[in-house]
Amino acid sequence: MKSVCFYFQVHQPYRVKRYRIFDVGNDPEYFNDRGESNLNNKKIIEKVAQKSYIPTTRLILELLKRHPGMRVSFSFSGVALEQIERYAPEALEFFKRVIETGQAEILGETYHHTLAFFYSPAEFEAQVGKHRDIIRRLFGTRPRVFRNTELSYRNDLGEWADKAGYAGVVAEGWDPILGWRSPNYVYKPKGAANVRMLLKNYRLSDDVAFRFSSRDWSEWPLTAQKFAQWIGSAEGDTVNLFMDYETFGEHQWEETGIFDFLEQLPDELAKNQGIDFKTPSEVIASYEPRDEVDMPHIVTWADTDRDLTAWVGNPMQKAAIENIYALENDVHLANDHKLLEDWRKLQTSDHFYYMCTKWFADGDVHAYFSPYESPYDAYIAYMNALSDLRLRLGKRLPAPGRA
Amino acid sequence: MFGWEFPPYNSGGLGVACLGLTKALSELGLEVLFVMPKKLDVQTPWARMIFADVEGVSVRAVDSALKPYVTSRGYGRREGSVYGNNLLAEVRRYAALGGEIAREEQFDVIYAHDWLSFGAGIAAKRATGHPLIVHVHATEFDRCGGALGINPEVYEMEKEGMEAADVIIAVSELTKNIITREYGIPAEKVRVVYNGIDETTAPKGSGALPRLRVLKASGYRLVLFLGRVTLQKGPDYFLRAAKRVIERNPHVLFILSGAGDMDDQVMHLAAELGIGGHVFFTGFLGGADRHEVYAAADLFVMPSVSEPFGITALEAMRQGTPVLMSKQSGVSEVVRHALKVDFWDVDEMANKILSVVGYAGLRQALAENAAQEAELLTWTQAAQKVGGIVHELVR
Repeated sequence: MKSVCFYFQVHQPYRVKRYRIFDVGNDPEYFNDRGESNLNNKKIIEKVAQKSYIPTTRLILELLKRHPGMRVSFSFSGVALEQIERYAPEALEFFKRVIETGQAEILGETYHHTLAFFYSPAEFEAQVGKHRDIIRRLFGTRPRVFRNTELSYRNDLGEWADKAGYAGVVAEGWDPILGWRSPNYVYKPKGAANVRMLLKNYRLSDDVAFRFSSRDWSEWPLTAQKFAQWIGSAEGDTVNLFMDYETFGEHQWEETGIFDFLEQLPDELAKNQGIDFKTPSEVIASYEPRDEVDMPHIVTWADTDRDLTAWVGNPMQKAAIENIYALENDVHLANDHKLLEDWRKLQTSDHFYYMCTKWFADGDVHAYFSPYESPYDAYIAYMNALSDLRLRLGKRLPAPGRA
Repeated sequence: MFGWEFPPYNSGGLGVACLGLTKALSELGLEVLFVMPKKLDVQTPWARMIFADVEGVSVRAVDSALKPYVTSRGYGRREGSVYGNNLLAEVRRYAALGGEIAREEQFDVIYAHDWLSFGAGIAAKRATGHPLIVHVHATEFDRCGGALGINPEVYEMEKEGMEAADVIIAVSELTKNIITREYGIPAEKVRVVYNGIDETTAPKGSGALPRLRVLKASGYRLVLFLGRVTLQKGPDYFLRAAKRVIERNPHVLFILSGAGDMDDQVMHLAAELGIGGHVFFTGFLGGADRHEVYAAADLFVMPSVSEPFGITALEAMRQGTPVLMSKQSGVSEVVRHALKVDFWDVDEMANKILSVVGYAGLRQALAENAAQEAELLTWTQAAQKVGGIVHELVR
């Protein structure tokens, strides 16, 4: 028997509006752009709900009814759920109905979709707790498998998940780490006793998420039949297909045929003998770990380096992330709910990603999704908002001209 | 190749572009014969120089008169320049000599830089039948900051040159759009070749000038404007943004470098805005001073109202200096690692200046990436495109 394990990432940050230095001290709202730009969070949620969340979830609901053996799983960031609840309640209702089928699992993550694990253990625990609370409130379940922001993983994350009682963690199935081993097995993370590790099959996942509509790709067009055959001929126990949920309808538009592909896939997989669907927890319960995986350094899903440099690689990113975490004590001393939330919303990893200049020079601008004109504009808006947050905390601004 | 100025007898980007381009073309194996209207003490190992008028003209260094750039009206008022006082008469004389020179020399393609030499290019084409390339570095619309006040005679000479040309090279999409829109030239006749930068045209500076070093050591940040002080370059927007910056952060000083027909106006404006104590006027800077002042600055601002290219932005980037450029510039089409702003958006200009001054991470990222990017924007790259066009025409 071989299993297909789907996990979809549902995340939307609170993008910082074009916040000028002259707004510092005058405007405590950083995320309330209401214009026509791509910094208008409300507008983006409404658009993505219409193009992706609602039609995809409606289709999945129908597929789950049609195929009682089908399984899916989701990882929702808390900031995405909060915004969906507020701006696209219809999409939230569809998500709830999918979870009610009992054929879907929800993974755990940080509420604010942050890299807090690597910067502040206490803050990380608090955000995981807050995420657990919103999942319980909206869906009545408790996550048993953990997924850290940007699929970032290091051995100590496995140790943490082990102690916290999770059944599993997910990570990138990166070849330099795996060597001759396949991502299509369950593994035991180094340093952990009971927790198990599921690895993303990035080739097959990216065939759908990134290459599906690419006419330059030799395999275009990708049919459900062809993809089912690839899965059928893959070695191992489980093919873990991890991707952004926006793949369906937003990154790959409806016109590309992505919805037809998804609809036909269960039937096509059924034609291959011995393939079923499983959720991450079911995979862990069904297959024995084959080996131990050691990741002493941070591994993420991003770029050819699969490290954190897309988020904290340049001087702007380093300054921004150091400055935000440096406020931790002051924020707790202030004991003000809105200040705490604004501080946490500014920790969301997307802000740092928008400041990435790595491939900006190669003309490969499409490698990075950003609502800003440039990484520099992203940094300026962020640092100005942060300066205002410091003022609200009663901190003095850095001495003029000396920073 | 017909030109008008050449370093060190130049006052701006046209001469620099001719230097960078001719050298890079010769390195690609193209032989360049460079013609200038009058005898000047210019020699280069890579291009033979000939002068249209070799009879007893006294050669003087170029002072503040900025010949190819001032409007013909402004030009007439200036004294002490290399060329005579009536620019249009000079241009016509040069055109008349172009045909004679062409008959005496051996070549395959005629190349003319800007309207001043278009007449000579047209005459050479008539005399020999060889194909003509005209290279547009700026149009009358850029020099006048719009359609108001353009000189109809200059406009006609530009238009004639463009119509007579087999191919027009524009320094940016921005300039290409002006050529098609204002001169009625079909778009397929116009090719965009961006300018470049290299060690020949912009040697790396040795660091800050001593006086500037003292200011920096006492905790001040330096913001630089460098260009002709004319409507086209937007020095008034620079000062208005400076006012907003100083209100917020008095530890910032502004250097306004250059000369032009708005000299008096900008000095009065600085006084009127009450920022006289924060603004330094250096006058025209040439040679090594120029590259050192770039190197000393924490930020170079190019607030041009209409900038066909804007080679000064590349010069600053090459020194590892962060750049804030107007979106109304050709260079903003190719450069990624710079801050960009609409020239009229004084608040946003001030916001970005204050950000560079206040955030070390921004300065560092811009400086590192700008210096790297400037290394990639070479004259060799530009010459390869020009060479391709030359080969098309000769075939």
